[in-house]
Amino acid sequence: MDALERIDQQVKNNPVVIYMKGTPQAPRCGFSMRAAEALHACGVPFAYVNVLQDPDIFANLPRYADWPTFPQVYVDGELIGGCDITLELHASGELKRMVEAAAEKAGALSGGD
Amino acid sequence: MSRKTRIEEALATRLSPIHLEVIDESRQHAVPPGAESHIKVVAVSLQFAGQPLLARHRLVNGALAGEFATGLHALSIHAWTPEEWAMRDAAVPASPPCRGGSKEPPGGQAAA
Repeated sequence: MDALERIDQQVKNNPVVIYMKGTPQAPRCGFSMRAAEALHACGVPFAYVNVLQDPDIFANLPRYADWPTFPQVYVDGELIGGCDITLELHASGELKRMVEAAAEKAGALSGGD
Repeated sequence: MSRKTRIEEALATRLSPIHLEVIDESRQHAVPPGAESHIKVVAVSLQFAGQPLLARHRLVNGALAGEFATGLHALSIHAWTPEEWAMRDAAVPASPPCRGGSKEPPGGQAAA
């Protein structure tokens, strides 16, 4: 499976996923750190991919959704944006609504409650 | 011509902004002097009206595709309509501190 197919699976199999430098516990970039903090504050579990540990994803992610920078946040299979957009959506309360809706939808699809 | 000047000219042409700031924040990061690798853009334009944030950022990223191809590493974008700019009272969020960049320490956690 090539990198774009792997990214596609990660994006579609996780209601919320962030591609970031480092991890939520040990971020390696201030923009990644802030975006992960905003997701954490929403109180919904989210997946992450450390792009520094996966050179193929690091190289190919920018062309997956035609977005040139990291981090990238995907909710319900769609790119919502990078750090700046994630923070603006968080400030307006929209981010929490979006991730809760995505988690609920994924739970319903998998037969959970 | 510096990258900052090229970005100013490209965005002035593309967005017809009523307010435009292009700030070189590279010195806050672990890059060589003069790298012009980390740039923050504050753009206020009528063209953003009715556009979601993703579309606004795509407009800015698209205008600067050539810069990404030649070493622009981080672009912080604050893209507002004149109305939003007035409501914010011209306040722009500060960029985050550097966290060491792309140098991964050994023993990091496996990707999800």
